Amino acid sequence: MALQTARPAMPSEDKRWKLVSGTMRRNGYAGHALIETLHSVQSAFGYLDEGSLRFVAASLDLPLSKVYGVATFYHLFMLKPKGRHTCVVCAGTACYIKGAAGLVKAVEQRFGAAPGGTTPDDRLSLLTARCVGACGLAPAVVLDGNVLGKQAADELLSRIEELT
Amino acid sequence: MNVDDLAELARGYREADAVASHEVRVCMAASCQSSGAQPLLDALVAAQGTAGSCRIKGVGCMGLCSGGPLVAVAVPGADLADSVLYRDVQPSDATEILASVGNAPLQRLRCPTDQPFFARQHRVVLENSGLIDPESLHAYVAAGGYAALVHALTEMTPGKVVQELISSGLRGRGGGGYPTGLKWSTVAKMAATQKYVVCNADEGDPGAFMDRAVLESDPHRVLEGMAIAAYAVGASKAYVYVRAEYPLAVERLTTAIRKAKRAGFLGDKVAETQFSFEVEIRLGAGAFVCGEETALMASIEGQRGQPRPRPPYPAEHGLWGQPTLINNVETFANVAPIVRNGGAWFAAIGTPKSKGTKVFALAGKIVNTGLIEVPMGTSLRDIIEVIGGGIPGGKAVKAVQTGGPSGGCVPAQHLDVPVDYDSLKTLGTIMGSGGMIVMDEDSDMVDVARYFMEFCMTESCGKCVPCRAGTQQMHGLLDRIAQDQGTPADLALLEELCGVVQATSLCGLGQTAPNPVLSTLRFFRAEYERKLRPGY
Repeated sequence: MALQTARPAMPSEDKRWKLVSGTMRRNGYAGHALIETLHSVQSAFGYLDEGSLRFVAASLDLPLSKVYGVATFYHLFMLKPKGRHTCVVCAGTACYIKGAAGLVKAVEQRFGAAPGGTTPDDRLSLLTARCVGACGLAPAVVLDGNVLGKQAADELLSRIEELT
Repeated sequence: MNVDDLAELARGYREADAVASHEVRVCMAASCQSSGAQPLLDALVAAQGTAGSCRIKGVGCMGLCSGGPLVAVAVPGADLADSVLYRDVQPSDATEILASVGNAPLQRLRCPTDQPFFARQHRVVLENSGLIDPESLHAYVAAGGYAALVHALTEMTPGKVVQELISSGLRGRGGGGYPTGLKWSTVAKMAATQKYVVCNADEGDPGAFMDRAVLESDPHRVLEGMAIAAYAVGASKAYVYVRAEYPLAVERLTTAIRKAKRAGFLGDKVAETQFSFEVEIRLGAGAFVCGEETALMASIEGQRGQPRPRPPYPAEHGLWGQPTLINNVETFANVAPIVRNGGAWFAAIGTPKSKGTKVFALAGKIVNTGLIEVPMGTSLRDIIEVIGGGIPGGKAVKAVQTGGPSGGCVPAQHLDVPVDYDSLKTLGTIMGSGGMIVMDEDSDMVDVARYFMEFCMTESCGKCVPCRAGTQQMHGLLDRIAQDQGTPADLALLEELCGVVQATSLCGLGQTAPNPVLSTLRFFRAEYERKLRPGY
């Protein structure tokens, strides 16, 4: 009979941990549910901090090194909190041909956030994506989850300015 | 349930649909949604109120993404060619569109469907796309869906299904072009208690959105293909590995799985036979290398997506060590029509060595950006200049990039090449999954090579040295040349490294990473040489 280890207590009273535990329970606390679990941590909390990685490692009975390895391997997992708004500029081939680099540069210069970074006032995170699959609308930008197609730099900047 | 029961069911659904005299179909695929399809659909529903006699429904991709949001008005069951298509429709146009139904079409927004973009297509994979509501199981069944699965389960042996696939000549649509029937028969022959079927929906090639459109427009079609595959090879469990970047595709697939299960097309005792089949979705997390099959399996198992050497191939030693069949979305989408119409029907389309049709995503500097499906062997010139409508602004085509970071560029002088697996290979590029990016005379080919190398460098998983270090070094050299700082020695070293990385990398990502460089060097060498530092 396999030794049943006790499940670790949730890191805090925060109700969002129940979502995370729910994902793990649905997958029978199997180690192969690691990526699913990290997705649910990120969708609940916005990013993966050290505490959450430790909690997931202990719950799924995996070495912390493995959990950290997986979390850092995949581009989608963020280990730092994002700003209040996120601007993801698609850097796929179609968007590259239609001038995505200019959009990144324009946002970087106006708001002072390098790609992958966040402005000092936490207002905006600037990210680039490998391809959001909206190639027919190149260059595309995903602003707070909404895909905006055929963007020009000045149009994009004024849209970001409107966000608070 | 047998074939006749299902046909009866489909007839009932079609009759229920025919109560409305007309349908107003609004494209609700991702691209049109980004152009405002949802507010448009809402406006149409509000404008019709309770009085109208039209059926207003959301449908999948109609193909012409650059004209979105698209709306088609048709009698129930009519295909795109027989409908009145409107482009760039705004919510404020809703009343006028509804008033035109059954009357003269609204010329202001009309988009002719007899133009080559629509008329030259041959839709097999996309036959339901843009016609049916992707969230409705009834609509899929009414269009003849799941008939192939029920036919296979009740009237064919697994061996007969594999035989049908072999005779169809279908080759893998993910880019490799491996004969699908052969892959199925290898997995079918393996003796194991548990086998798996995996659908590769990790469409990582930048500039490709075929699989996304198929999943968003006709998700049941993919599930039906997977179920037939599982029956043929003796598997009972399947995974769809789909990119997290495609939330709408994930949502529609989730809905489709739930509804198919409730209707008995998935789950225990499918269609009241002894065949049981479970499907689970696994989300990717943003790693291009996970499109490689062994890396994809590692990712499903919750590991870092790092490939391992092959052989053993997944057909022998796949998920959790068990025999596993991995096919791409478009490959699975071809299965139901092959079973329905027979392998010989499919083999009659296309060229002798590349049979059937292929879906391409047209993007870049081209008038009609969007999704098309044409018979294999259609010339690239036809695709770009006739179907695609040519280059905007009267400029000339410089090159067409196919195959993403693993492919290469076809220069303007070779545009007459027939698009099939082997012809593209002789030009130093690959079919790939179907992304086609058109470049005009403004594109700098050295910069294009650098762009793809930067992609491969950041996407290298780091497991083998040739790829991890080689892509880094090649990117450095390309960067230097692109900034006019390169020397002839740099160029020679770059070419040498291309050969080394190609020959010694562990997986497809590394082995093909030099392709964009080699291809641009082959056709645009003068551009590289012009950039070498003056004085050499």
